Amino acid sequence: MIVADPKPFGQVKSYVENFEKILIVGCGTCTTVCLSGGKAEVQMLASGLRIAFGKEGRSKTILEDNIQRQCDEEFVSPVLARVTDEKIDAVVTLACGVGVNFLADRLGKVPVFPGVDTTFYGASVEPGLWAEMCAGCGECMTAHTGGICPIARCSKHLLNGPCGGSENGKCEVDPSKIACVWQLIYDRLKALGRLEELKNLLPAKDWRKASDGGVRQTIREHLYKLK
Amino acid sequence: MSDKNLVMSGSNLERVLKAGHFAVTCECGPPKGADLDALHTKINLVKGCVDAANVTDNQTAVVRMSSIGASAILVRNGLEPVMQMVTRDRNRIAAQSDLFGAYALGIRNMLCLTGDHQSFGNHPMAKNVFDLDSIQLLDVVRTIRDQGLLNNGEPVEGGIQMFLGAAANPFADPFEFRVIRLAKKIRAGADFIQTQCIYDMDRFRAFMKMACDMGLDKECFILAGLTPLKSAGMAAYMNRNVAGITIPEAIIQRIRGVPRGQQAEEGIKLLLDQIQEVREIPGIAGVHIMAIEWEERVREIAERAGLLPRPQI
Repeated sequence: MIVADPKPFGQVKSYVENFEKILIVGCGTCTTVCLSGGKAEVQMLASGLRIAFGKEGRSKTILEDNIQRQCDEEFVSPVLARVTDEKIDAVVTLACGVGVNFLADRLGKVPVFPGVDTTFYGASVEPGLWAEMCAGCGECMTAHTGGICPIARCSKHLLNGPCGGSENGKCEVDPSKIACVWQLIYDRLKALGRLEELKNLLPAKDWRKASDGGVRQTIREHLYKLK
Repeated sequence: MSDKNLVMSGSNLERVLKAGHFAVTCECGPPKGADLDALHTKINLVKGCVDAANVTDNQTAVVRMSSIGASAILVRNGLEPVMQMVTRDRNRIAAQSDLFGAYALGIRNMLCLTGDHQSFGNHPMAKNVFDLDSIQLLDVVRTIRDQGLLNNGEPVEGGIQMFLGAAANPFADPFEFRVIRLAKKIRAGADFIQTQCIYDMDRFRAFMKMACDMGLDKECFILAGLTPLKSAGMAAYMNRNVAGITIPEAIIQRIRGVPRGQQAEEGIKLLLDQIQEVREIPGIAGVHIMAIEWEERVREIAERAGLLPRPQI
C-alpha cells in the first residue's frame, strides 16, 4: 500500500485561507488503512478548519466527501460533478499524491490541495507501525536476496552486502528505528540454506525501469486497444 | 585484482607493496574550503613518512575540497595520493568522468567507497545518489582499466592504469559475511585493502585467519587500519558513537590509567604496540595510519615504529 502522513494542520489551513466553499475528500483505500486519509481523518480536518476559521470570525463552508479510490475515473467522476454542481471553490484531498494529481488533471479551474504527505510503499508491520518495503524500481531483484529488498530497505541501496555501519542488526543511520536489511537478508538466506547467493557479484543496476528512465506508463494491450 | 607480481600503474604504493616492503599509508584530509595553505601544511607534515596518503572524499559527508583537486595538489607537491571516491555523491557518469580527470592529473591510486550516509554530515538535507555501490564502482573502474571499456561497453580513448583499493570493516556485522564481502571486493578489482581502524585485535586476527584460509592475502595487499587515540575521552566517544568500531575496555582503561596530560603519549605508545602486533599477523602487507587531525605526529609515529626511511623504488 501507499503510506502517507497527515500534513500539519496549519499548512492545510494556509492553503485554503482565501476560499469560501471547500470540499475535503477522503480516499477509501491506502490512506484509509494507514489512518491518514479516511472518513475519520476527513471529519477531523473539517471540524478543525470550521473551529479555526470560526475562532477568527470567518465563516466558511467546509464540506466532506469520501470515495473508494481517487486513482480511478469511475470513482472520481461523482466528485468532479459535485464540485461543479455545488460551485466548490477548492478541494483538499486526503489521498496520496496520485489522488492529488488525478484530481488536478480533471478539476479545470478549481484548485486542489494535498492534505497528506505521501511517504512510501509499505506494510503495516505492527499495529500503528508502517514500514517501507518497496521502492518501485521497475525490476524486482529480490529473487537474489531472499525476497527482501535492499533498494527500499538499505539506507544506501547497496546491492552487494552490508556496509561498515551494520551493528547488532541495526543500520547506523538510525539504530533505534532501522534494521540493517543486509542482516535480515543474511539471516533469511541462512535459514533457506542459500548463503551462497551472497557470493554473487551483482553488477551495476539498470535504473531505466525506475523513475530515472523518465515518467513511466504501463499499457495492457488487450484492454488498451478496446479504446 | 591484477597480477600481484607485475607493477602496472606507476604508483609508488604499488611498487613498494610488490617489492615486498611493509607499506605505510596515512590520511590527508582536505580543508573545509579552498585553504591551500592548510593542505600544504599537512602535506609537509607527512611527506617522506609514508608511501602514499589517502585523500578523503567529503568524509562523514562533510563538504570539503574535492578529493580529486586535493589529490592533484599532493601530486604537484611530491606526495603520492590515494584518491578516495565515494558513490554517495556521483552516478556512474560522473564517477567515470572523474576517474579520467584524476588519471590525467597524475593520480595513480584510487580507493573505491560507498561513503558515509549524508545524515552524518553537514548537509543531511541533501539528496544522495548511490547509483553504484563500492563493489560496483571497483568493477566499473577495473573494466575500464583492464578491458578499456566504459560501463556501457563503449571503448575508452587512451588507457588508464590505476592501482585500485577498497575498504574492509572486520568489526561490523554480520561477522561471517565480512570475509565474503572482502572476497567480493577483490573479485571486483581491489588490488589493495585498507581496513577500518582496529582496536579489537582478537577479532581482527580471527578475520585475517578466515581471509588467509580463503587465500585472499595472496590475491591482494591488506593494510591494517590504525587510529591513535588522543585521550580516554576520545576512546570512550568512538566506542559509543561510531558504528562498526568497538574499543575493548582494556584499551580505554590503559589510556585512562595515565594522567590527562600524558594520555596522548600513551595513545601513541598503544599505536606503536598495535603496529608491532599487526606486523606479526599473517597476511598483513602494511599499515594505514589514520591520525585524524593529528598529522603532526605521523613522522614521529613512523620513526618510533621503525618504519623510516621509506623505500625509494
